[in-house]
Amino acid sequence: MASVLDPRLHTDTEVASQWRLMWWSFRRHTLAMVGLVIVLLLYLIGFFAEFVAPFDPQSASAKHVYHPPQMIHFIDSTEEGWRIKPWVQAYTFERDKFTLQTTFKPDEGKRVYLSFLGKGTPYELLGLFPAERRLLVPDEPNERFFLFGADRLGRDMLSRTVFGTRVSMSIGLVGVTLSLLLGVLLGGISGYYGGAVDMVIQRVVEFVLSLPTIPIWLALTASLPATWPPLTRYFAITLILSLVGWTELARVVRGRFLALRSEDFVVAARLDGCSEKRVIFRHMLPSLMSHVIASVTLAIPVMILAETSLSFLGLGLLPPTISWGVLLKEAQNIRSIAQAPWLFVPGAFVLVAVLALNFLGDGLRDAADPYAQERG
Amino acid sequence: MEPVAAAEPGPAVLEVKGLVTEFPTRHGPFRAVDDVSFELRAGQTLCVVGESGSGKSVTARSILQIVDTPGRITAGEVLLHRHRTSRGSGEEETIDLARLEPRGQAIRAIRGRDIAMIFQEPMSSLSPVHTIGNQIGEVIRLHESVSKKEARARSIELLRQVEIPTPESAVDRYTFEFSGGMRQRAMIAMSLACNPSVLIADEPTTALDVTTQAEILDLIKRLQVDHGMAVMLITHDMGVVAETADSIVVMRHGKLVERGSVEAIFYAPQHDYTKMLLQAVLDLDRPSERRLARRTVQPIGGPVVEIKGLVKEFDLRHGFMRRKGHILKALDDIDLTLNEGENLGVVGESGSGKTTLGRCLLRVHDPSRGEMLYRAVGGGVADVATASGNGLERIRRDIRMIFQDPFASLNPRMNVAQIIGEPLLVNGVAKGAALRARVAELLDVVGLPASAMERYPHAFSGGQRQRIGIARAIALEPRVIVADEATSALDVSLRTQVLDLLLELQERLGLSFIFISHDISVIRYFCDRVAVMYRGKVVEVGETEEVCTNPQHGYTKALLSAVPHPDPRHRGMLGRHRYEAGR
Repeated sequence: MASVLDPRLHTDTEVASQWRLMWWSFRRHTLAMVGLVIVLLLYLIGFFAEFVAPFDPQSASAKHVYHPPQMIHFIDSTEEGWRIKPWVQAYTFERDKFTLQTTFKPDEGKRVYLSFLGKGTPYELLGLFPAERRLLVPDEPNERFFLFGADRLGRDMLSRTVFGTRVSMSIGLVGVTLSLLLGVLLGGISGYYGGAVDMVIQRVVEFVLSLPTIPIWLALTASLPATWPPLTRYFAITLILSLVGWTELARVVRGRFLALRSEDFVVAARLDGCSEKRVIFRHMLPSLMSHVIASVTLAIPVMILAETSLSFLGLGLLPPTISWGVLLKEAQNIRSIAQAPWLFVPGAFVLVAVLALNFLGDGLRDAADPYAQERG
Repeated sequence: MEPVAAAEPGPAVLEVKGLVTEFPTRHGPFRAVDDVSFELRAGQTLCVVGESGSGKSVTARSILQIVDTPGRITAGEVLLHRHRTSRGSGEEETIDLARLEPRGQAIRAIRGRDIAMIFQEPMSSLSPVHTIGNQIGEVIRLHESVSKKEARARSIELLRQVEIPTPESAVDRYTFEFSGGMRQRAMIAMSLACNPSVLIADEPTTALDVTTQAEILDLIKRLQVDHGMAVMLITHDMGVVAETADSIVVMRHGKLVERGSVEAIFYAPQHDYTKMLLQAVLDLDRPSERRLARRTVQPIGGPVVEIKGLVKEFDLRHGFMRRKGHILKALDDIDLTLNEGENLGVVGESGSGKTTLGRCLLRVHDPSRGEMLYRAVGGGVADVATASGNGLERIRRDIRMIFQDPFASLNPRMNVAQIIGEPLLVNGVAKGAALRARVAELLDVVGLPASAMERYPHAFSGGQRQRIGIARAIALEPRVIVADEATSALDVSLRTQVLDLLLELQERLGLSFIFISHDISVIRYFCDRVAVMYRGKVVEVGETEEVCTNPQHGYTKALLSAVPHPDPRHRGMLGRHRYEAGR
């Protein structure tokens, strides 16, 4: 049905570019806006991980093994009155003399005071810029606090989760970039030339899609030498993940190319004397950029989940690299569920990140198709 | 030649009083329909005429409360006098449709039963997954309590009424098995299912060929007489109005400009806009004086393009070993010559191969057989059909194309300067400041301000966009322009302007045109010679006036007689010539 019956509605003097139209339509999608904010936040956290994390994620402490999470309070009320000052209740560490079981008890009289943007252990932001200011640090340099609890070596889960965010969120991005290159190239060739080339590429896509992904990933990652340094391993894993990820993108791009190929303005470009390269890159690609971006956003959570599952199974990234999957590996056994349920916090991050990215991708996809979604 | 038979003015069945429909926009409410009043009388046809954007469709939709969201009726009355229809019980019963809840039971009972509607696009207004009989039967069973069997019998009867052959088997077929005209017939059958007292037809024939259009209009007229319906026909085509209307409402920018009987409007129009509309139509119905004058000064030269034995086959075979489907011969042994400085028209219905012909000449499609000889300025002859690489590029600089759809043919992601500059840039003719200067010059030639350069195509109206397309076509100073339905998407008043622009360019640049169109009047205005195409063959070629006034081939006769004349005294549809050969 004609979406807008009156073309005068469109002949306004106001001119909006395609991107602005997309933004307008995107803004109406509340869930997608929430998704966008969360995704941006997660990437910010990942980017400034050293600053956001209160401690070094690797620093172990025998005194704090399985330290429970502490609640952060902002109002400090003492006998002298009250003030705004963040603090956490201190815990004391007790070991049963006979069973050797450790327990943590709140130490009613003692509070660990914290301050924002204080000086903590020195670090190098992104391994480049030396700094010592952190988002939240204890006033006394020797004290520690655990908002998300501590793991089996007494390491701060909050700091570890923050560093895990950096690796997990970026592996999605890097992996998708690789998939994007492959997908746009092969999908573009397939859609633009059609015929036998299309036939071959589409059969390859179907073949890859029909492979059971988890066993293939397992086999490939298992073949990576365990002696590789963490960074090499990280890139090898992204490569393996994107080997499967490109297929969906290739299909989307092919479909758009097929539809665009017969559009009058593309025919016109050919008749103008444009070379094939120019037709594809100057005339066709800009028109499908928005769709590609939407598909990419939807492909990132798939990558994140894949990395998480592999690392969870112990075949993806390996410690000392920290990712959400590596952290969840700690929560594999019944003991941790019983004794330290806070080890599942990275799982919640995976859930939130994947949902947020999906909402964002959905919103972008709807916004990229302004004519399909008039009713919103 | 007989005067319009003044049909008995029946009682007013539907009255629209001061209707206002608004769409909220970011700049406040937009009045798509602004204080419109008219009435529909039983047994009479009211034509609502206007150019695109005049609010005629929204008016029709407002009556049935099916305005697209977020639009809504904000004032006025739509009174259905049910007691004056065959459905009335004798008591006074007037319903104000504008007061009814758009999603309520009351309006749903009226839609389809008292007031039925036919839409423009027969392809999309029928469900593809239900049989025709199912869809008609559904309407009947929604409004009347009848058994499935009875509904089916009624459906068959309705299909028979709308002249669908073998209705007993057609009732079990699916929409996609029907041609466009047949679908529109089925659509009409559906709308008639409950004997409505008012039929609203929104551009019912715009998507159809002229010959099919004549048949559908004919059918509506006949059914109207049989059933005593009031018909509201929305159209932009003055020819259709002249053929069918008893009274006319002229709309512009959502306002009612003029209303009156068909004779009053056609022979004594009061409003300037009505006069302009009629003049635009009359202008088109005869040869352009400018063109005729020019031909005496500069006679038509020798051949520029000679098409000999051109064949284009589309391989529609598919499946294993290509055993299904068939080979479609879109062009079947075409011989045509385009002379220097000449406008050659190609006319035909959809599927006749006229667009394929134009696209083969530019090698958008590769022809299967035959040759297309192009005589360059220096006298060298090149065969377009076999050219490749540099040779083809050179030919494409000399032969350019203007597209039908001014919306689809301009890249939405490029601004006007980039669009027009593209052929100059990629052919290395100009760049930088020289390119901008040339683009400004081209914009000036097609009558657009240089300030248009920075703007994107969607900021322009259809007519302006077509001018941009023309500027792009002439940028490389071509010799031949293939214009494929270049004016079909434009309103009548704009058509003459664009055609005059093309004629002006012809004088300035010495162009030859191949003008592809389904619209005889446009061809008559613009073209020196015309080739009539039918099913991939050229059935007749000749001087335009000769072909139009004295057609030789049976198909040409049928085509010409189906064209509605914008003169109510010459209603010719019933005496039209039908061509059935080869069907």
